Amino acid sequence: MLLSMSTFYQLDFEKPITDLERQIEGLEADIRRASIPAPVATPADDAPTAPATPALPTLPPVDVNELAQRVEELRALRNKTLEEIYTQLNPWQTVRVARHPKRPQTRDYIDAFCKDFTELHGDRRFGDDPAIVTGFARIGPHRVMIVGHQKGRTTQEKLACHFGCAHPEGYRKALLKMKLAEKLKLPIVTFVDTQGAYPGVGAEQRGQAEAIAFNLREMSLIRTPIVSIIIGEGGSGGALGIAIADRVAMMRNAWYSVISPEGCAAILWKQANEQTNSQAAKALNLTAADNMRLKIVDAVVEEPVGGAHREPAAAAKNLEAYILRTIPELKALDPDTLVNQRYDRFRALGSFIELPS
Amino acid sequence: MAKSAAATATRTWSDVKSPRKVVISEGLWLRCPSCEQMIYRKQMESNLHCCPECQHHFRIGAAERIRQLTDPGTFEAMFTNLRPSDPLKFKDLKTYAERITAEQVKSEATDACQAGVGFIKGRQAMLAVLDLNFMMGSMGSVVGEIITRAIETAQERELPLIVVSASGGARMQESGLSLMQMAKTSAALARFDRAGGLFISVLTDPTTGGVTASFAMLGDLIFAEPKALIGFAGPRVIQQTIRQELPEGFQRSEYIQDTGFVDRVVSRHNLRTEIARVIDFTGK
Repeated sequence: MLLSMSTFYQLDFEKPITDLERQIEGLEADIRRASIPAPVATPADDAPTAPATPALPTLPPVDVNELAQRVEELRALRNKTLEEIYTQLNPWQTVRVARHPKRPQTRDYIDAFCKDFTELHGDRRFGDDPAIVTGFARIGPHRVMIVGHQKGRTTQEKLACHFGCAHPEGYRKALLKMKLAEKLKLPIVTFVDTQGAYPGVGAEQRGQAEAIAFNLREMSLIRTPIVSIIIGEGGSGGALGIAIADRVAMMRNAWYSVISPEGCAAILWKQANEQTNSQAAKALNLTAADNMRLKIVDAVVEEPVGGAHREPAAAAKNLEAYILRTIPELKALDPDTLVNQRYDRFRALGSFIELPS
Repeated sequence: MAKSAAATATRTWSDVKSPRKVVISEGLWLRCPSCEQMIYRKQMESNLHCCPECQHHFRIGAAERIRQLTDPGTFEAMFTNLRPSDPLKFKDLKTYAERITAEQVKSEATDACQAGVGFIKGRQAMLAVLDLNFMMGSMGSVVGEIITRAIETAQERELPLIVVSASGGARMQESGLSLMQMAKTSAALARFDRAGGLFISVLTDPTTGGVTASFAMLGDLIFAEPKALIGFAGPRVIQQTIRQELPEGFQRSEYIQDTGFVDRVVSRHNLRTEIARVIDFTGK
C-alpha cells in the first residue's frame, strides 16, 4: 500500500504526511487488534508496528467503528495535506522530488508501457554505457526506438550507471541507435534523467564534449519524429545530448536547467548549502512551469498527487498517454517539414534585445 | 634579464618572495606565469601577447584577437545591435542586470562575442570571436544568436567560417535559455555542414563546458593554441569526482591532440598563416 512508501526515505517537507500515515497505521493496528476474538493473547506480533499508539499493554475496550471513522478522517486529512504540499512545492523541493529514490526511471517506464522491448547495447566504438538504455519497443500501436538515461535502482546498478551520468560512449550509442531508427523510419522516444554528463578522466579522454556536440548537430537532422520527456532530472548538456526533439515535455516534478542548483550555488554563491541551493534552484527557473513559460518545453505531463514516486503506475499512464497523443501528430508530417520545424523550434529560443541598426 | 625595477635596499625574505605571485598588473613589467621571467609588457604585447622568453600565450580579448587575425582595416563588425536582456531577473549575490552593466563598462563590449566579415591574408572569411573579458566568454542568448547568425551569414555568402572560442561555458544567469544556445548553434552548424561550408574552430585558453560541447567541437578543422585548457568538465570538478591526481598535461591542447579531438596545435604566430592555407587548400 501507499503507506509503506514513506518508511525508508523521507523528504523533510513530507514529514507532516509521514506523521499522519504513522497515526493511520497505528489506528489500523488497533482496529485489527480489537477485531481479534481473543485479546491480550498476541501482543508481541503487533507491538513493533504501532509505536505511536499510547497504552499498548493494557487494551481498553475500543469502539471499532469510532476508530474506523477516525482513520477515515485522518486519511482525508493526509490527502488534503499531500495535495497542499505538492501544489506549493518550491523549486528546491521539486528538485528533491525529482531525485526521490523511488521515482520511476527509464526502465520502469519501459516495463510499464513498452511492449516487446528489445534492448540494444553498445556504441560499436568503445563499449556499452549502462547509463543510457536503448532499444526497440512498441508503445500502443507504434513501433519506436527508446533512448533513455538510467540512474539505477540497486547500489550495484547505480554504480554501473554512474547514477545516470553518461560517458561519451553512452551518447554515441544513443546516436547510433537513433540513426538506425531513422533508417527504419521509427519514431524515437527519449527519456531524460541525469544530473549531467559524467565528469571524469576517461570521459574527457574519449571526448565527452565532442560526443554531446555531435549529438546536438546530428539529432537536429534526423528525419523521423523525436519525442523527449524530462522524467526526472534534466541537467545541462548531459540532458540536452538526447533531447533535441520535435516535442520536448517535462514531468510535473522534473527539473531542467543549464546546471544543477548545487553547482550553481557553489560557483555563484561560493558555497553550496541548503539555503544557497534553494536560492539557486529558484533563480535558475528550472521547474516545469518555468520551462513552459520560457518555451523550452512544449508540454507538462502531470504526475499523481504526491509525485510519481507515490504512484508510479499513474505517472506511467499519463506519460504513455502523452506519447500516444504526440507520435501521431508528428508521424503526419513529412520528413522535410519535420526537420524544418525542429530547426525553427530551437532557432527561436533565446532572449535578447535587438536595437534598430 | 633586468631585475625588478622596484628593488629596494633592505629586503626581508617575504619581500623577495612576494613578487613571484602572478599579478598581471597594468605596470610596465610583469612576470610570466609560465617561465616566471620578468618581461616587458610592451614587448609581450608586440609579440602577439606571448611571452618573449617562453612563448607562453597570454589570454586575449575579442578585440585584440580580431586585430591579430584580420588584415588591417578589413574587419566589418556585424550584429552589434544585440544586447543581453535579463529574461529571468536572475539574482545571486549580485543581480545579472548589475553584472551586465559592470562587465560592459569593464570590457567596453556589449556581450561576450564579436563577429563580422574580414580578410585573413587576403582571404575573405566570416569570423566570430568569444570575448573572455565579458563574463568569462560565457554563452547566453546574445552569444548564441551572434554565433548562429554568423553561421547563417557564412552559408548565405558562401564564406569560410572561423570561430575563435574562449569561454567558461554556458551562462548560468540565463539558465535553460543558455542551454538552448548549444542546441541552436549546433543545429545551424548542421545545415552549414550539409551545405558544404568550411568551419574552422579555433580553441584558446580556456574553452570549457557548453561551448566545447556545442559549436567549438564541431569544426571541420579544430585548431588549438598551445597549452590551452580544453574540456567539458573543469579540472576541479573532475578532481572532486574521482578524488585522484589528474594525469600530467590533462585537458591541455597537446593532450587533446593526443586523445584525438584536435587536428592541430597551432601557435598564435602561425594562426593567420595556417587558416589562410586551409582556406586556400579547400578552395573556399
